[in-house]
Amino acid sequence: MRGVERIEQVFRNLNKRGAAAFMPYHAMGYPTRQQSLEVIAVLAEAGADLIEFGIPHSDPLADGPTVQTATYSALVGGTTVADCLRMACELRDQGVDTPFCAMSYYNPILAFGEERFANAAAKAGIDGLIVPDLPPGESELLEPACRAAGLATIYMLAPTSTEDRIKSVARHATGFIYLVSVTGITGARDELPPGLPAFVERVRRHTDLPLAVGFGISTGPQAARVSEMVEGVIVGSALVKAAGSDAGVDAVRSLAEELAAGSHGR
Amino acid sequence: MGARRQTECEELMTLSTTSTTVNFSAVPDETGRFGPYGGKYVPETLMPALDELEEAYLNARIDKEFMAELAHLQHTYVGRPTPLTYARRLSEELGGAQIYLKREDLAHSGAHKINNALGQALLMKRKMGKTRIVAETGAGQHGVATATAAALLGIGCIVYMGTVDMERQKPNVFRMQLLGTEVRAVDSGSQTLKDAINEAIRDWVTNVETTHYLLGSALGPHPYPAMVRDFQSIIGLEAHSQMQDPAEGGPGRLPDAIVACVGGGSNAIGIFHPFLEEESVRLIGVEAGGHGIEDGAHAARFADPERGRLGVLQGTKSYVLQDSDGQIALTHSISAGLDYASVGPEHAWLRDVGRSEYTYCTDTQTLEGFKALCELEGIIPALESAHAIGYVLELAPQMAKDQVILVNLSGRGDKDLGTVMQTIGGDS
Repeated sequence: MRGVERIEQVFRNLNKRGAAAFMPYHAMGYPTRQQSLEVIAVLAEAGADLIEFGIPHSDPLADGPTVQTATYSALVGGTTVADCLRMACELRDQGVDTPFCAMSYYNPILAFGEERFANAAAKAGIDGLIVPDLPPGESELLEPACRAAGLATIYMLAPTSTEDRIKSVARHATGFIYLVSVTGITGARDELPPGLPAFVERVRRHTDLPLAVGFGISTGPQAARVSEMVEGVIVGSALVKAAGSDAGVDAVRSLAEELAAGSHGR
Repeated sequence: MGARRQTECEELMTLSTTSTTVNFSAVPDETGRFGPYGGKYVPETLMPALDELEEAYLNARIDKEFMAELAHLQHTYVGRPTPLTYARRLSEELGGAQIYLKREDLAHSGAHKINNALGQALLMKRKMGKTRIVAETGAGQHGVATATAAALLGIGCIVYMGTVDMERQKPNVFRMQLLGTEVRAVDSGSQTLKDAINEAIRDWVTNVETTHYLLGSALGPHPYPAMVRDFQSIIGLEAHSQMQDPAEGGPGRLPDAIVACVGGGSNAIGIFHPFLEEESVRLIGVEAGGHGIEDGAHAARFADPERGRLGVLQGTKSYVLQDSDGQIALTHSISAGLDYASVGPEHAWLRDVGRSEYTYCTDTQTLEGFKALCELEGIIPALESAHAIGYVLELAPQMAKDQVILVNLSGRGDKDLGTVMQTIGGDS
């Protein structure tokens, strides 16, 4: 099973257990190519249910300083779109079968060719695609290409989203919907936003798709609180920071285990 | 027409021989597209803010009171209309076409940027219920214009500026600070305009409920390219009537060519737009050729067949300098204001349909233009505007003496004295 079905199955299985999915992000090529492969393998072992596979872009305008620095360093290290897809392939060959959602910006995908990218990604073992600067309405080429290749098209919603925007995203999204917890950019924050439950409620009225919350989550207790509201908990910057620390993959493992336990309600 | 033009614009290319059939007022369409260019490529968080901005702008455009207040400020505060100057000695020296200068350098705060900054700041104040402005700046001209409008209207203002640009445009940093604006240094990436825009957008995403992003060029997501064009079109509207009126210093006829520098392209689109239907007028945009196209250190999006391709940067689809992997290329120009990897979507479209043409001027040619205007006309131009003059040095001698060139002199050069002195020496 692969593509959008692999993602759907993960949410179905977790739902039966009453658990939310732990969905970590990592910037491929950071700190090095080899280390980023190890990070993904460790995340999968530590209980990740879906992994956001970050393909670096030179101008990541939705990202905060941690991810900016990591993706910039990956680009300086020579990471390319094609190599990111090769890394996905290598991980599949090693037996990692956690769903992968590629996360990048639109221009690298446009340069690669939308249809070509969707097909190559599917072949490499990628199951879905998240493009923060490509809202529904601008994805009339990429979305059908993903559909044809069997990839989930994941869109974001934000606390500022109007009813019309929510309806539009609900119509176009497959796999799950990514809720941005705060108005802002990626990066760890101390508090969960107080308006989150009401925001989740507003989206629920328009969709039966699983909802995952990201931006600002960095600890097990935060993950546990989010898991009570939605079906998925997305963590990026805190894990990327851990991967770049002296303790490296060990730091990733211990934080990922904490976040997985929080998300799974254990 | 190079081989790189085989993108989604092939269909439009066929129109280039029949430009009279193009309806220039039909762009952008309701999705913000100029043919294949433009659009709204932004994070979802910003989509409602763009809708709100579009609504406020459409409302303001037909609001007589708003338009009257803006016109009053343009007249009594900015000093509009800016004059038209016949460049007699420069024309004689070059021995060809007669050269006229539209003097945006004489607008308050020293450049055309005030036209848009004041328009958007007033829009925010009267129509949007927001309290805070963020802006980006490259040369500092847009930052100064925004700081000026913010001071005039009593609005809190933060300007993001790359550290490289802060160094080369120091006087403008100090001017913004004097005007009560906080200038935030941007250390990421190339530390120039592109990175300042990224930071301004990140601030806007974070504070979108209270904050308006006062984008300074005809770039970014819809409705910015159209709105900025409209606020800047006052340049072309004034020039259109001044050129035909000898009492206003004009030659009593329309120009044969209009020349303007193009970074994002707001001064160029501002002077071009009211002339789009005048088929006899050539419209020529001059990009920053930096050290030359082969060298790679430039910002000439249309001139580089290898790296200038259809792409998306900072909310809009247009020509973008990028590598084969879609990573945005580092650019170079002696002028901070033209040092940018993408170009306004309407310019890309006008080029496709054959209405406007684009060339470039290297740093060296630009300095020749700069010196010529100083010595022959007593005008110190901004290095951005000196690109247009640099190209006119080449163009005018190829034209007849009874032909006319109109140059948009978009800004004054006080801010560039440090750069110029470093490059050509202060005592030469």
